[in-house]
Amino acid sequence: MSMSPLIRLDGYGLSFPVLHGSARSLKKTLFRQMRGAVGGTMQDGDVITVQALEEVSFTLRPGERVGLIGYNGAGKSTLLRALAGIYESDVGVLDVRGRLHALLDPQAGMSGELTGRENIHLFARMLGFDRAATRQLETDVEVFAELGAFLDLPVALYSSGMAVRLGFGLATAPRPQILLMDEWFMAGDQHFQDRAQERLEEMVVAADIMVLTSHSLPVMRKWCTRILWLEHGRVRMDGGTDEVLDAYEADTAALAG
Amino acid sequence: MNVAVLPDPSVVPVRRTAWADLREAARLWRLAVTLGWLDVKLRYRGSLLGPFWLTLSSLLMLGSMGLIYARLFHVTLREYLPFLALSLALWQTGLAALLQESCTCFIDVEGSIRSVRLPYGLQALRVLVRNAIVFAHNIVVPLGVFIAFGLWPGAVALLALPGLALWAVDGLASCLLLGSLCARYRDLPPIVSALTQIAFYVTPIIWRPEQLGSHARLLVFNPFFDLLEVVRAPLLGHAPALRDVAVAVGVSGVFCGVAVLVFARVRSKLAFWV
Repeated sequence: MSMSPLIRLDGYGLSFPVLHGSARSLKKTLFRQMRGAVGGTMQDGDVITVQALEEVSFTLRPGERVGLIGYNGAGKSTLLRALAGIYESDVGVLDVRGRLHALLDPQAGMSGELTGRENIHLFARMLGFDRAATRQLETDVEVFAELGAFLDLPVALYSSGMAVRLGFGLATAPRPQILLMDEWFMAGDQHFQDRAQERLEEMVVAADIMVLTSHSLPVMRKWCTRILWLEHGRVRMDGGTDEVLDAYEADTAALAG
Repeated sequence: MNVAVLPDPSVVPVRRTAWADLREAARLWRLAVTLGWLDVKLRYRGSLLGPFWLTLSSLLMLGSMGLIYARLFHVTLREYLPFLALSLALWQTGLAALLQESCTCFIDVEGSIRSVRLPYGLQALRVLVRNAIVFAHNIVVPLGVFIAFGLWPGAVALLALPGLALWAVDGLASCLLLGSLCARYRDLPPIVSALTQIAFYVTPIIWRPEQLGSHARLLVFNPFFDLLEVVRAPLLGHAPALRDVAVAVGVSGVFCGVAVLVFARVRSKLAFWV
């Protein structure tokens, strides 16, 4: 895997159905279509289509650390999931090349009923680790998460702090070329924050491209070289960190004032 | 996912993407085996007998049904019990279990689907592994009954293996088809469950096809009969009828075709449906 990583979006759009009520029911859907076929009024049921991303175009090259900002519902997390290959769409172009790792959910792929150690083994298997690499991961996470005897107890018994430490330790073990990170990774108490910061920095430095969502502007200023400001699923502004964040702050202040 | 090189969705046709999904799932078979084992382990963690609880309950059901139906059908236990033990095990932990569990194939793992990029086919493999393990725990019931009555099917029993392989393929197809449809329509699992219950009564599981007399040819319209026969007949000591094999393979072929077509069409929507 020596190719140079790249993320390219061109006119990318993504819409998804939000299903609720009778749209979830096969019987009601069939009944509605039958009524429609015999001349009754055809309703669309409760299927609502949300246009989450529209006409998004940008290219990210090695060395770029990109922050996604925007108000709630602007499409930050959706964009991150699209880049991670979880959400798919055939509108426009989405081209992602390189070994990618996405930190989206602290409990991603973790099972509360399994012990911490079993979760580590499961995670290793998901990444396709061999025996030696698995053992190394186990030691690494054991040291970082400081769980002691809890490592051999089910994760469901952990305090929320312990669960986050384990999840964080696991998620930050791989060394990807492209790192996608959702904002929960900035959460946690101060002691954890300092150690997490250190670990995250190692990972960020090793990655060629990073995309991060956060509401914390200081974090953005510290880590990012470029900011994409999303609004209603479109890119409102794309540019250098200080330039875009200053504009964003001014906008927030105007909204508040 | 550590390695995730995404194809360009604007140039890759939908069919290919579904194919790539299945190929990647096959590559990750070790993970599927681990996940399947963990599912079984978790389901029975903290219980003394583990998956053998299911064996025990099958044994109870077999004992009570065997006594009553042997009387109802005027056959001896020696004639009836081995047949019933095998049929119940094959149906309950084989065909019916696969059908039922394939419904929640994707719904059960919505958290993982939304946060980790893994092929959907992997979840289908996982359901298959899980069911194979439970099946292996339950097949000891008919095995025990066979030994108790001193029956031995002989080498022809090996013919059950291709039959079981056919079930495995159908199980995967069922996960792709019913797993997808049930993610979209949440009232589908109970419908499948009700239909499976009906299939249990109209398929020769607790009764023999000969008991239908001249009406036995109506079984032509029940593909479950042929699917069951390709595994059951060899284990009872005779090769399955060629007609049964042909119907079982034909029906499976159509089923798999429909499953792959539906899966290819809806795969990219699954992340929004679950």
